[in-house]
Amino acid sequence: MPSPADIRTTIHPIPSGTRDVLPDEMRELRDITERVRGVFERDGYGEVWTPALEYEAVLARGGGLPPAYRVFDDHGQVLALRTDMTVPIARLVSTRYPVDDPPLRLCYFAHAYRGVRPHRGQMREFLQAGIELIGAPAPDGTAETLTVLCHALDATGLRGYRIGLGDASLYPRLLRSLGVDAHDGKRLMAALVERDFVALEGALGRLEVSDDDAGLLLAVPQLRGGPDVLGAGEGPVAEAVAGLRRVHALLAPEVAERVIFDLGLVRDLGYYTGAVFDVYDPALGEPLGGGGRYDELLGRFGRPLPAVGFALGIDRLHIALAGEERER
Amino acid sequence: MKGLTIAVPRGALFADTLDLLDALDLDTAEVRRNDRRLLFADVGVVTMRPSDVPTYVEAGAADVGITGKDVLTEQAERTVYELLDLGYGACRMVLATVEGPDPSAEALRRLGVMRVATKYPKTAAAFFEHTGRQAEIVEVKGSVELAPLTGLVEAIVDLTATGTTLRENNLVIREDLFTSTARLIANPVAHTLKADAIDAMLEKLRAP
Repeated sequence: MPSPADIRTTIHPIPSGTRDVLPDEMRELRDITERVRGVFERDGYGEVWTPALEYEAVLARGGGLPPAYRVFDDHGQVLALRTDMTVPIARLVSTRYPVDDPPLRLCYFAHAYRGVRPHRGQMREFLQAGIELIGAPAPDGTAETLTVLCHALDATGLRGYRIGLGDASLYPRLLRSLGVDAHDGKRLMAALVERDFVALEGALGRLEVSDDDAGLLLAVPQLRGGPDVLGAGEGPVAEAVAGLRRVHALLAPEVAERVIFDLGLVRDLGYYTGAVFDVYDPALGEPLGGGGRYDELLGRFGRPLPAVGFALGIDRLHIALAGEERER
Repeated sequence: MKGLTIAVPRGALFADTLDLLDALDLDTAEVRRNDRRLLFADVGVVTMRPSDVPTYVEAGAADVGITGKDVLTEQAERTVYELLDLGYGACRMVLATVEGPDPSAEALRRLGVMRVATKYPKTAAAFFEHTGRQAEIVEVKGSVELAPLTGLVEAIVDLTATGTTLRENNLVIREDLFTSTARLIANPVAHTLKADAIDAMLEKLRAP
C-alpha cells in the first residue's frame, strides 16, 4: 500500500454536508438501527417510508424549518427535501388514516436535509430514527414516548444519557399571567430561544414590570434539576409547571431518574405546543436528539389529533457510543 | 469549580479573567507562572485565543468559557449559551476614517459603495446591511489602521478600548456599532448535565 500522501485520485466532489459511508462504519450504524428498530417494533410502532421530496407548499403548511434544498419538477411545481419526518408523517396520517381510531403508533428510519454548517455529528443530509404517537394526549402520551426513548437508548448500550425535559408553553404562559404584552414577550422569547441570558436580563430591565416579576422571569428559565425544581405551592410558576408534574408522576423510576427538568428549554421549530425534550450524553457536546408535543400540527392537515414524538440523530448516537467506549 | 473545564482567553482579557478565577477559589498560580503551557488539567483551565473560545465551548471540549461580546457577535452561528456579562474588558466596536471630510460618505455618495477594512467581516457586513448602505468588506488579518492610510479602503470597523491607536494614526471615530465586554458562555449539554457546578459558579460571580 502506498502512503496516503502519495495517492492522487481523480476528484469527483460530493455536495457540502454530505458524505459516503463505507462498510466498517455501516456495520456499526446498522447495528444501532437494528437495535432501535427492535424496540420500536416490540413497543408497537409500525415503520413507514415517505418520499424524501415533497411539495414545498405541503411542508410549509406544517410550519417546521424552512427547506434548504428546492427543485422544480417537470410541471414547474416546487419540490423540497424534507427537513424532518414529523411534518411528512402528519401529512401521511391525515391522508392515509383519515378515519382510523387513534392512537396510531408509527416509526421511521429516514434521512432529512437541513442547510446547517456541516460538522461531525451534523451533516446537511442526516439519518434520523424516531417515533410519532398520534392521538395520545398529555400526560400519558408524553410519558409513553419518553419510555420508548429510554428503551431505545438502553438497547443501543448507551449508559450516561440524560433527558432534559421542559415545556414550550411554560414561558409564554408565565409572560401572559404576569401581564407582559405580546410585543415585549416576543423579544424575551427570542432571547430565550438563543439562551442569551445577558440579552434576556437586558430586555427584562427595560420592561414595565415589578422587580419581583422581572426576577422571576429571569430565574425560572435557568432552573434545571430534579423534580424539586417543579416546586410546590401556587402562583403563576406552579400553574405553568403543572403539566410537567403530571408527566413526571407517570414515569417509571428507571425513566424518571434519566430526566433533568429544564424550565428554560424552548424550541425553534414552530409546531411544538407542550412538553419538549432533548437527549444529552456526557460524551458529546450537542444533543443526540429530541422531541416533544405538537398538538396542533395534525389539525393543519385536516385531522386534529394531539401528538408527540422524538427523533434521534443516528450519527450523533454512534459518536456518543464510541466516546463512552473510549472512556471505559 | 469542581468538574468544569474552563476556556480562558489569552490576550487583553487574560489578566482580569485570572483575577476572576481567583475569586472563584481556583488556584491560578501555575497558569500565571507559565505562559507557554496551554492546558492546566488539574485546575480545569485551558488557555487559547479569545476567538477560539466559542469553538471549544460549542464542541464541548470546554464546558464554559470566557470571551468578548465582539467575538460572540462575529461568530453568531455558534450554538453556545450566553450566561453572564462579566463587565470587564469594555471596548467599543466603531466605524473610523481618516480625519477631515469623511471619505466613506463621499465614496458612498459618488461611487455608491464604500470599502471597509476589518477583522470582523460578518459584524461589519450585518451593520451596513441594517443601516442600508452598500459596502465592500475587505478582510485583513493584521493592523487594520494601515488600510485607510494607504488608500486600500475609505473606512475601518474595529474594536477600540481607549482610541489611542486610532488617534496615533490620524483616524477618527465616526459611528459606534456596540460596546463589548467579557461574557461567560456555556456548552448546551454541560449547561444541563453540570447544572449544579455552573449555577454555583454563576452565584459566586453575581455576588457583589
